[in-house]
Amino acid sequence: MEVPENIKKRLTIPFDEHFYAGHTACQGCGASLGLRYVLKAYGRKTIIVIPACCSTIIAGPWPYSALDANLFHTAFETTGAVISGIEAGLKALGYKVKGEDGIMVVGWAGDGGTADIGLQALSGFLERGHDAVYIMYDNEAYMNTGIQRSSSTPYGAWTTNTPGGKKHFLEKRHKKKVIDIVIAHRIPYAATASVAYPEDFIRKLKKAQKTPGPSFIQLFSPCPTGWRSPTDKTIEIARLAVQTAYFPLFEYENGKYKINMPNPKKDPKPIEEFLKLQGRFKYMTKEDIEILQKWVLEEWERLKKLAEVFG
Amino acid sequence: MEYKPIKKVVSGNYAAAYAALHAKVQVVAAYPITPQTSIIEKIAEFIANGLADIQYIPVESEHSAMAACIGASATGARVFTATSAQGLALMHEMLHWASGARLPIVMVNVNRAMAPPWSVWDDQTDSLAQRDTGWMQFYAENNQEVYDGVLMAYKIAENVNLPAMIIESAFILSHTYDVVEMIPQELVNEFLPPRKPLYSLANFDEPFAVGGLATPNDYYEFRYKIAKAMEDAKKVIKEVGKEFGERFGRDYSEMIEKAYIDDADFVFMGMGSLMGTVKEAVDLLRKEGYKVGYAKVRWFRPFPKEELLEIAESVKGIAVLDRNFSFGQEGILFNEAKGSLYNTSARPIMKNYIVGLGGRDFTVKDVKAIAEDMKKIIESGKLDREIEWYHLKR
Repeated sequence: MEVPENIKKRLTIPFDEHFYAGHTACQGCGASLGLRYVLKAYGRKTIIVIPACCSTIIAGPWPYSALDANLFHTAFETTGAVISGIEAGLKALGYKVKGEDGIMVVGWAGDGGTADIGLQALSGFLERGHDAVYIMYDNEAYMNTGIQRSSSTPYGAWTTNTPGGKKHFLEKRHKKKVIDIVIAHRIPYAATASVAYPEDFIRKLKKAQKTPGPSFIQLFSPCPTGWRSPTDKTIEIARLAVQTAYFPLFEYENGKYKINMPNPKKDPKPIEEFLKLQGRFKYMTKEDIEILQKWVLEEWERLKKLAEVFG
Repeated sequence: MEYKPIKKVVSGNYAAAYAALHAKVQVVAAYPITPQTSIIEKIAEFIANGLADIQYIPVESEHSAMAACIGASATGARVFTATSAQGLALMHEMLHWASGARLPIVMVNVNRAMAPPWSVWDDQTDSLAQRDTGWMQFYAENNQEVYDGVLMAYKIAENVNLPAMIIESAFILSHTYDVVEMIPQELVNEFLPPRKPLYSLANFDEPFAVGGLATPNDYYEFRYKIAKAMEDAKKVIKEVGKEFGERFGRDYSEMIEKAYIDDADFVFMGMGSLMGTVKEAVDLLRKEGYKVGYAKVRWFRPFPKEELLEIAESVKGIAVLDRNFSFGQEGILFNEAKGSLYNTSARPIMKNYIVGLGGRDFTVKDVKAIAEDMKKIIESGKLDREIEWYHLKR
């Protein structure tokens, strides 16, 4: 389809596709949407590093690749280290890395590969200050291995190793705030984003591109398969995660916090609205929901205070 | 330009660092571990003094060191790292990744015993436990071989697209100073031109993926290609070793360095610095009338089966000295050498001496004692036992 250049320029989401049909994601997959936006933002002069995660499979088996960019598969815990090495290699060979016209080096890892097994390599990457972007697509469990809990799984969630049952063996630990660990490195730019708000996500990707040094984006990516949710509700669920302040969107830029969504001056929606669309929360008791709601609001208050003090 | 060596008195670790400098490595990612540290410290010093233009990544673990080397090498850069023992073991997963992604990374491993109990001294089990990772392995006898080994390793690795490990002994080489003949930079450049990578992640002409899922229909062939590259490496090793000899006077065309084989009743076989002791002892034993020789295995991967067979066909016995052990079986070199001869007609008596583990001193006197033992075995034609824990306190 021919689209006039002046129209393309007015689009808030870049027109060009670099993530093609034929990939093997499940219906309603949030991660595949996210990867599509990443490539729209950065174009084909991008090196994507993917550790063990759903996207390993989604990208397609050898000799196929659904990505119109260079893709380097790596081991589960190594994303931070491999993007560091690629950045160093490119610089040694005289290439410009990051920035408007530089080669983009992007780590694209799941929550398990980031918050758990990959945390050390992530910390090394952030602390050393490499010019690359690390994106954690957060679907809140080890989905590729068959829905096992990660430290990013929320309180009350069913997973295959927190299966509910007679003893009410559900996930009883709150979601790890990986973004706080990232911010502890005092990198120039970190943000949360959601597949429900692609314009916001693209803007953040562009900001990450322009900002020298390491950038980190935690992208909320619903997984209908693992969340036991209807495949046509991905965007709605992701939107409710923001509106309930369960997953608020904010930026940390040069030491300053900025809340993007929801509106800090209004009360967020009750957490039940986010929970009720997903089968993974169906074992939660009333008390469980209260515990989660309390945690969500406490964390939301904490973020608002940070934005007030360091805004 | 005529070759005039630059003689420097350096430790094995500094020899490795100078070789990395002369090989014009572009990226170094490393994590400190005794006794490897002075390799990386020296490289850092080169960078600090403006002698080297290297992207240096002080990573947070050996696992990340190898992962960063893999990323850097995949861009097409020439990459170096060094480690030892626990560090090498931590890298294990990524060693497979380096060979599987066909990246010619060169790494110096300082042989050190695995804990527990803690030990920082010489032992080959750390590197030999990595034998199935698709890395070439070269065991240096002395500091000169560390230097030469690194330079040759780049040329060989970049030809066959497999990584290579240059291995030296903890302290015996790593921290012991000796004269090393270094090669003027221009002549190294002639011997080792810039890398021409198989692929580069910086090439966006045709986007590609490396390392994605291979179904049972494809994985098998990927493995065969590595097996073949490793086999082809034997020829490349010999050619590069010969060229090195022609250019710089030290010939490495043999994967097994040997002497006194023709009329020897038996030979000592082993790897690394302990073979320096053996060579000295064999010279002495010869003067005393012992019909003995030595076979120093330089390259353990690929394993020089053909050269071993030639030796095995002409001697009555082989005393294999292993500064390592595979629990539940035997010394690792012994196991490999014995297995390599099975489908041949060569049937020398082979005895395995487990020596020097964890840095236990192994001296000329010990070699002589083993010679005495081997002599009795050859004369009687009877092998008293297959494995002897030579130093064991009884």
